[in-house]
Amino acid sequence: MTNKTVLHAKHIEAGAKMVDFHGWEMPINYGSQIEEHHAVRQDAGMFDVSHMTIVDVTGAQAKDYLRYLLANDVAKLQDKGKALYSGMLNETGGVVDDLIVYHFDAENYRLVVNSATREKDMNWLMGKADGFDVTITERPEFAMIAVQGPNAKEKANSLFSAAQQEAVAGMKPFFGVQAEDLFIATTGYTGEAGYEIMVPADQAGDFWQKLLDAGVRPCGLGARDTLRLEAGMNLYGQDMDETISPLAANMGWTITWEPAERDFVGRKALETQKASGTDKLVGLVMTEKGVLRSGLKVKVSEGEGVITSGTFSPTLGHSIAMARIPATSDATAEVEMRKKWVTVKIVKPSFVRNGKSVL
Amino acid sequence: MSNIPTDLRYASTHEWVRPEGDGVFTVGITEHAQELLGDMVFVELPDVGDNVSAGDDVAVAESVKAASDVYAPIGGEIVAVNEDLEDSPELVNSDAFGDGWMFKIKADDPSEVDNLLDAEGYENSIDED
Repeated sequence: MTNKTVLHAKHIEAGAKMVDFHGWEMPINYGSQIEEHHAVRQDAGMFDVSHMTIVDVTGAQAKDYLRYLLANDVAKLQDKGKALYSGMLNETGGVVDDLIVYHFDAENYRLVVNSATREKDMNWLMGKADGFDVTITERPEFAMIAVQGPNAKEKANSLFSAAQQEAVAGMKPFFGVQAEDLFIATTGYTGEAGYEIMVPADQAGDFWQKLLDAGVRPCGLGARDTLRLEAGMNLYGQDMDETISPLAANMGWTITWEPAERDFVGRKALETQKASGTDKLVGLVMTEKGVLRSGLKVKVSEGEGVITSGTFSPTLGHSIAMARIPATSDATAEVEMRKKWVTVKIVKPSFVRNGKSVL
Repeated sequence: MSNIPTDLRYASTHEWVRPEGDGVFTVGITEHAQELLGDMVFVELPDVGDNVSAGDDVAVAESVKAASDVYAPIGGEIVAVNEDLEDSPELVNSDAFGDGWMFKIKADDPSEVDNLLDAEGYENSIDED
């Protein structure tokens, strides 16, 4: 069975090419993936991300539960609305999913988890809740639209009521606020400024149309993938999964080790992995013709690795990739492409921020 | 449904062939093929002077989605390549049957073209995909 978001008709209306994305019929592009990519880097684009799973965690022990569930520590969240990116690990230190958690108060949090892993995540959240006084509630009554780009906030603001404009005025990155009917967050998956907006499903079509009228360009999953890869952001299932340690997925910064007495799922395994060393997720840059693609073999002095995500970067005009390889001090790697070994540069896995190259 | 001009001949591997006279034929990939591939990012062309046989992989069309071989629909000598594709590979998307042409072949045996599909035959071959 294929799921459709409430914006399905709007996508068809806009000429979208629809594809199956883990059981959801979603737009891959509306004509040109590259033009959509540039719209986000240079102006404003929007993505239907209603397929993502919104889960509220409430109750007297909501904070304790999340401090046990997540490798990052929600105790770091002091301000109302502040968001945190974290991996949710299994006992062997693999990544069950990556997610964003919004903090409202110690008894009230909101998670946004991936759609492809919805059922697994819900089972995991419920399973780990044993013994905690928490309530876990899915919120499928919301659609979600990401509006991203240098002009995204300004264009989205034109749709907001006076109260909503006031609520988001001066809001720093990685915050979320409930303002009347909308939950508006300064988060995203593109490396640009913008909002992710949760809107009641019955208002979503109208909201989308108004964004369209304000000059925001609809963008599909194709552009979403090239944008997130340029920004050096992981895609679950591709750059990491249940068998991959966050230490081998450029997610070391999302593990909060202190205080040492905080026990979280996967901690023991992570400590062992950290002590013995793991593979690393690095960026690769190839300025010659051709496109690095996921699955290609990578060689460095210390051994072999693999490209986890690769693409043509529309902003840079050449190919970039993320690869999981043995820890190395090499400055270059060899990639097997169409039966030839090609030398590429090893960089930190971050390529473009706020419209500009960071290479 | 994509456009399939009736004055061209087609290979089942999605190349089109247009006779230019004097045994020279222009070759590109069809509108249907570019739709399948998505935005083109690189096109690797053969060298002028190369001798090719029908079915040889002679060019590569690389899109955001995949790298796809382009095959010579007929045998002969490559007498021209579309150098505009070097800087503007998107011409294959915007004008597959026109400015997005890839190379020209001087046929060893122009009658080889008669073995290719006509528009109707190509349309049927797509429908079977």
